[in-house]
Amino acid sequence: MNAPLAPNSYRAQPDERGHFGDFGGRYVAETLMPLVLELDEAYRAAKADPAFKAQFDDLLEHYVGRPSPLYYAERLTEALRESAPEGMGAQIWFKRDELNHTGAHKINNCIGQILLAIRMGKTRIIAETGAGQHGVATATVCARFGLPCVIYMGAKDVERQAPNVFRMKLLGAEVRPVTSGAHTLKDAMNEGMRDWVANVHDTFYIIGTAAGPHPYPEMVRDFQSVIGTEARAQMLARTGRLPDMLVAAIGGGSNAIGLFHPFLDDADVQMLGVEAAGHGLDKQHAASLAGGFPGVLHGNKTYLLQDEDGQITEAHSISAGLDYPGIGPEHAWLRDIGRVQYDSATDTEALDAFQLLCRTEGIIPALEPSHAIATVTKKAREMRQDQIILANLCGRGDKDIFTVAEALGVAI
Amino acid sequence: MSRLAATFARTAASGRAALVAFVTAGDPTTDATGPILDALVAGGADAIELGMPFTDPMADGPAIQAANIRSLAQGTRTADILAIATAFRARHPDVPLVLMGYGNPMLRRGADWFAEAAAKAGVDGVICVDVPPEEDDALGPQLRAAGIDLIRLATPTTDAARLPTVLDGASGFLYYVSVAGITGLQQAQQGSIEDAVARLKAQTDIPVAVGFGIRTPEQAANVARVADGVVVGSAIVELVAQHGTAAAEPVRAYIKSLADAVASARKVPA
Repeated sequence: MNAPLAPNSYRAQPDERGHFGDFGGRYVAETLMPLVLELDEAYRAAKADPAFKAQFDDLLEHYVGRPSPLYYAERLTEALRESAPEGMGAQIWFKRDELNHTGAHKINNCIGQILLAIRMGKTRIIAETGAGQHGVATATVCARFGLPCVIYMGAKDVERQAPNVFRMKLLGAEVRPVTSGAHTLKDAMNEGMRDWVANVHDTFYIIGTAAGPHPYPEMVRDFQSVIGTEARAQMLARTGRLPDMLVAAIGGGSNAIGLFHPFLDDADVQMLGVEAAGHGLDKQHAASLAGGFPGVLHGNKTYLLQDEDGQITEAHSISAGLDYPGIGPEHAWLRDIGRVQYDSATDTEALDAFQLLCRTEGIIPALEPSHAIATVTKKAREMRQDQIILANLCGRGDKDIFTVAEALGVAI
Repeated sequence: MSRLAATFARTAASGRAALVAFVTAGDPTTDATGPILDALVAGGADAIELGMPFTDPMADGPAIQAANIRSLAQGTRTADILAIATAFRARHPDVPLVLMGYGNPMLRRGADWFAEAAAKAGVDGVICVDVPPEEDDALGPQLRAAGIDLIRLATPTTDAARLPTVLDGASGFLYYVSVAGITGLQQAQQGSIEDAVARLKAQTDIPVAVGFGIRTPEQAANVARVADGVVVGSAIVELVAQHGTAAAEPVRAYIKSLADAVASARKVPA
């Protein structure tokens, strides 16, 4: 098999039709198509407008609390070196996006999209949410800008994530439990699309991950790229060099693409995306790249968990934020051309990594980045001590303590 | 002449609109779908839309969502849908049959495979909800090569600037989705349907059929006065939900009431 030729830049995608190689695109119903085209036009104009960028940057600094710190995890590094071969055990650094307002990277994207919604004259915001982090971030920016907000959330997730449901309500959002399909994230996204199609005149759909019809994957990536842009500059300033490897967890893939994208043309920087292997790749999981096949869902062509008739199958992960049967189209492309490697971590491995970080660094991570940390613990032992791994700590674990307690058999 | 073209020519010649009836394949069972399709024809449907169930029917309202779930829950496979189509074609050599559904099940084994399998099953046209003209490459060339009409959708949000894009490569008929929304809920105002049909017919020679939210004979007649075709779906699917494997007779009676209304719609009382 011939490997595809390496492009001049890995950062020049998508094309004007929103295609990342064979992936992405605009697979939406005709009712939405004019809206998606209008959104694209509005986003191009905003991207070219220094005032838009100034407003975005100002809010990220003073409202979100950026830049987030770049942190050398010395005790975790030492702990892993104890069980590593002689001279091995790479330095582990974290981009601390869990310190953002609302506790995760999701808010970066929400700030960008709500500014665009206001620019477009939209007066009503909708969003889907799985674990509730994107719902909370969306409800937050809606409160900040005084726009009504409807959050679609699978009925099963409403039950599992009661604290986040209450947070969204405190912030003034209306949370609509979705009882179609399997009552989880993909069904919430279906319901978001149905709402949008019926309210196209006044409604802006804030999609939470780097997926959906063009320009969403590009737009979400651009807003989240603040993570990688900051991290690259911080790493150069602190160590005078670039990291050897980047690691990030992948559900839809917005925190990972945000970290990776600014480094894509740095040929010596390896990148590793970590999917959720759930109970194991041979059982129920959420690893669309490892266990999926290209297809079309929610507006884009990408790898999907599906059966041989193209029916979408249910994902499973202990982390509700990774519990989605698809992945952003740019990751599908980066995987196929070989620029980024993808691995997976099981529920159990993520739980172990979660506890390890709590004890070694005094940081309670979310279950999503716990998957990345699980893979970091393996990779660090295979790399030399002078090498650097930079992982994205994309969310904090306060929201997950009930899930973790249950998994560990602890009553709280 | 294709079956769709022949049917629209025939109904136009007799001074009426074509009645297009939708049901979801495999609802409530794969065996029950054949008799329901026969009932649609017996009741007076001129063309059939056979819905391909999908786990994530994003453009559909509660009635058709539930039908998709019922069908998949009892195990409907793509092969079953093609078998239903093949058997229908054998029983009804002249009635146009259109497959309607979402892109993923159509693309799963490759668009070439799907186009050939559909042609072999005697399918005349395909409506794919989430493959818009912008992504035509994914499915359109393969269907056209297999001699299958790709039926495009126009909606209230399809403006004059965009309409040529929609019409480029459209064949069979143009499906005007009269409501910006999902299937089976509200119906559009008669005036807006009339304006839209006039606007569309000024731009294309292919027949214009109108659907979404049409359920009573009176509504069907109103649409039939101005459009080349009237599409009814959710109301039929609701009858199937209500009567299950005994749905054929109530479906036939209901379609008959619509067909009678459509047939007399353009006759102005003296």
